[in-house]
Amino acid sequence: MPGGTPYNGALMTSAISPGPATALSDGTRYPYRHLLGIEGLSRLDIDFLLDRADGFVEQNRQVDKKASTLRGRTLINLFFENSTRTRTSFELAGKRLGGDVINMSVSTSSIKKGETLIDTAMTLNAMHPDALVVRHSESGAVHLLAEKVNCSVVNAGDGSHEHPTQALLDALTIRRRKGHLEGLEVAICGDVVHSRVARSNIHLLSIMGARVRVVAPPTLLPSGIDRFGVEVHHDMERGLAGCDIVMMLRLQTERMKGSFVPSIREYFRYYGLDEDKLRAAKPDALIMHPGPMNRGVEIDSVVADDIARSLIREQVEMGVAVRMAVLEILVTNQTEPWAKNQ
Amino acid sequence: MRPTLFKNARLLDPASRLDAKGGILVRDGRIAEIGPQLFVDAIQDDVEVVDCAGRCLAPGLVDMRVQTREPGEEHMETLASLQAAAVAGGVTTVATLPNTSPIIDDISILEFVERLAQEVGMVNVHPYAAATKGLKGQEMTEIGLLSASGAVGFTDGVKAIADAQVMRRLLSYATMFGRVVIQHPEDPTLAREGCATEGEIATRLGLPGIPACAEVMMIERDLRLVRLTGGRYHAAHVSTADAIDAIRRAKADGLDVTCDTAPQYFALNELAIVDYRTFALMSPPLRAESDRQAVAAGVADGTVDAIASDHNPEDQDAKRVPFTQAVPGAVGLETLLPVSLGLVHDGAMTLLDLIDRLTVRPARILGLEVGTLARGSWADLAIFEPDRAVRIDAHRFRSKSKNSPFDGKPVQGRVWRTVYRGRTVFDLDAEEPRTRREPADA
Repeated sequence: MPGGTPYNGALMTSAISPGPATALSDGTRYPYRHLLGIEGLSRLDIDFLLDRADGFVEQNRQVDKKASTLRGRTLINLFFENSTRTRTSFELAGKRLGGDVINMSVSTSSIKKGETLIDTAMTLNAMHPDALVVRHSESGAVHLLAEKVNCSVVNAGDGSHEHPTQALLDALTIRRRKGHLEGLEVAICGDVVHSRVARSNIHLLSIMGARVRVVAPPTLLPSGIDRFGVEVHHDMERGLAGCDIVMMLRLQTERMKGSFVPSIREYFRYYGLDEDKLRAAKPDALIMHPGPMNRGVEIDSVVADDIARSLIREQVEMGVAVRMAVLEILVTNQTEPWAKNQ
Repeated sequence: MRPTLFKNARLLDPASRLDAKGGILVRDGRIAEIGPQLFVDAIQDDVEVVDCAGRCLAPGLVDMRVQTREPGEEHMETLASLQAAAVAGGVTTVATLPNTSPIIDDISILEFVERLAQEVGMVNVHPYAAATKGLKGQEMTEIGLLSASGAVGFTDGVKAIADAQVMRRLLSYATMFGRVVIQHPEDPTLAREGCATEGEIATRLGLPGIPACAEVMMIERDLRLVRLTGGRYHAAHVSTADAIDAIRRAKADGLDVTCDTAPQYFALNELAIVDYRTFALMSPPLRAESDRQAVAAGVADGTVDAIASDHNPEDQDAKRVPFTQAVPGAVGLETLLPVSLGLVHDGAMTLLDLIDRLTVRPARILGLEVGTLARGSWADLAIFEPDRAVRIDAHRFRSKSKNSPFDGKPVQGRVWRTVYRGRTVFDLDAEEPRTRREPADA
């Protein structure tokens, strides 16, 4: 530009995270009405949620698992995308807290009749639920819904954006095994580009002071992932070298539009977790997978079923505890004047 | 009609590089006199005098990229509401895209739209015709016949002309009729499924991205075809530094190429989409800050010939959905001038240069004899207050659609009067009582 300084005044700038979360966090409470994502939460917020969840683990192992904290409260599981394990986990969590849980899935809802997401939200809102647990195939759909309802909203996975309760249950699983998260080396491997689990885990583990590497072919890594403070590897063995935790991701063929990897056979050859590749990790490295697993695609059955190293079943157990904590805290926060929209 | 004297104005006529105090006399809808020494007593008594009180008087703005929704989707915009919005924004000439329903790819539809527009008669409406039949990107439309019926250019609207052979033949053939071929420059295979510029922001939001180079790739291919054919080529809404560099080089090589941008590409960057703001979903998507700065610099140094609003009316249903399912675009006729004035207020360019990009430059691209204050030309005028602080309020738009990423933003500059062929078609003073009452009504 001749004779002048570059034009520098954007008309609109805005921060990426949902505001100064740390200012609200003092470790004695979770400061929001919703749980829409991990990004923007503070270390204190996460610790608070994990501590509460830890308390539910023992309760879930008792013969009598039922509490009455949420008695008289209505929880709606609103799933626009198929799910068995997450929906069941939330359903159990709600019931064990004494709440009334209703499941709505896309096949039985009016979405198929052309109703918009907002209309569905308004309709459900009119029935005065206390919490909506929402899964949707589109990133941001849960945020949109949360803007339109009065109750608490839990993101149970939106598109490729976030899946916060999965990251929390992974963190609780690791914390119970390793005693801490800080300083751990965690490798997240596989289909990162389509994975909301990966994004939530990267945020959470980074906030908690773990070191994260992502391991995947370039076609399965989203652009700008290096800006998340992670190490990027394309070679599985180098990516696993010396790590404490190996988190495998499901190859999400249903989200793949176009060719990302040439074949399952080739993918397994380079990125499937088997005993050979696992040797690069620390001898006591633990294996995780958010499920459902594609055996022989991203993980070998021998490794997946190794009871000494695989945390996969434990993750499912922790899932219920984490979701109990989240539901209890959010529903209780609803009546608190200080609770903010996330 | 009595002659009208607009006195005591700051005259801005980029065609003659005039920026001086003065007035103009309008007689029979045309500019009869212009000059610094025009006083009411120097001419006959029977003259209506409009005291501009020091406001800027420029040629009516020429907006070369506007979408109407009539025929076909009149609930979003009619040719009447479009023109009402135009004059409220100081715009007196619009060129409209052919993506109506039915598509403007045939002379009968073209002439129908021209006639509908003339019946409203508040601004000049010049339709583009489709470059290919049904906007399918395959078969050329009747470029000669459509030109004879008034098509000012050929474009497939919001779709790229992807096939290189088709583009090559369009450029060759349209040159015969002196018409420009306008491209939506974005490689459609890279853009498929994408709704945000690829990079950190899109990844954080979990949105499928489009690499920014999808724009320059298409432009560079087209520039090769311009070299091959000697055609007239215009790239619409350029938004990246690389694209502007490519066009700058092509111009230096003497190619007959031009480009425009829209205000959102120099006033906003990709951060506007965080929180999944569908009102900031554009096509092409908003870019990184470095690209935004390059677009502003390109407008300032003239590489970007024109600023066009890329007016794109969409109803609430198109925007109140998850981001990936929303329809891109924003209405822009009523924010074109105030948002563009930001470039002047920030010291990036002079007011006269900005008016150049909004009037005579786009007029010349389309071969239209508007956008100047020359004696004898139609008196199409925009009289505005460049410094007046206002807050954009989409609910007060005359456009039927309210989808604006600038809603609620403070800006400087507003239109005071718009004159079309000597007739006042917008008068802020006449509007004021209505607008003042509105808050009380609400």
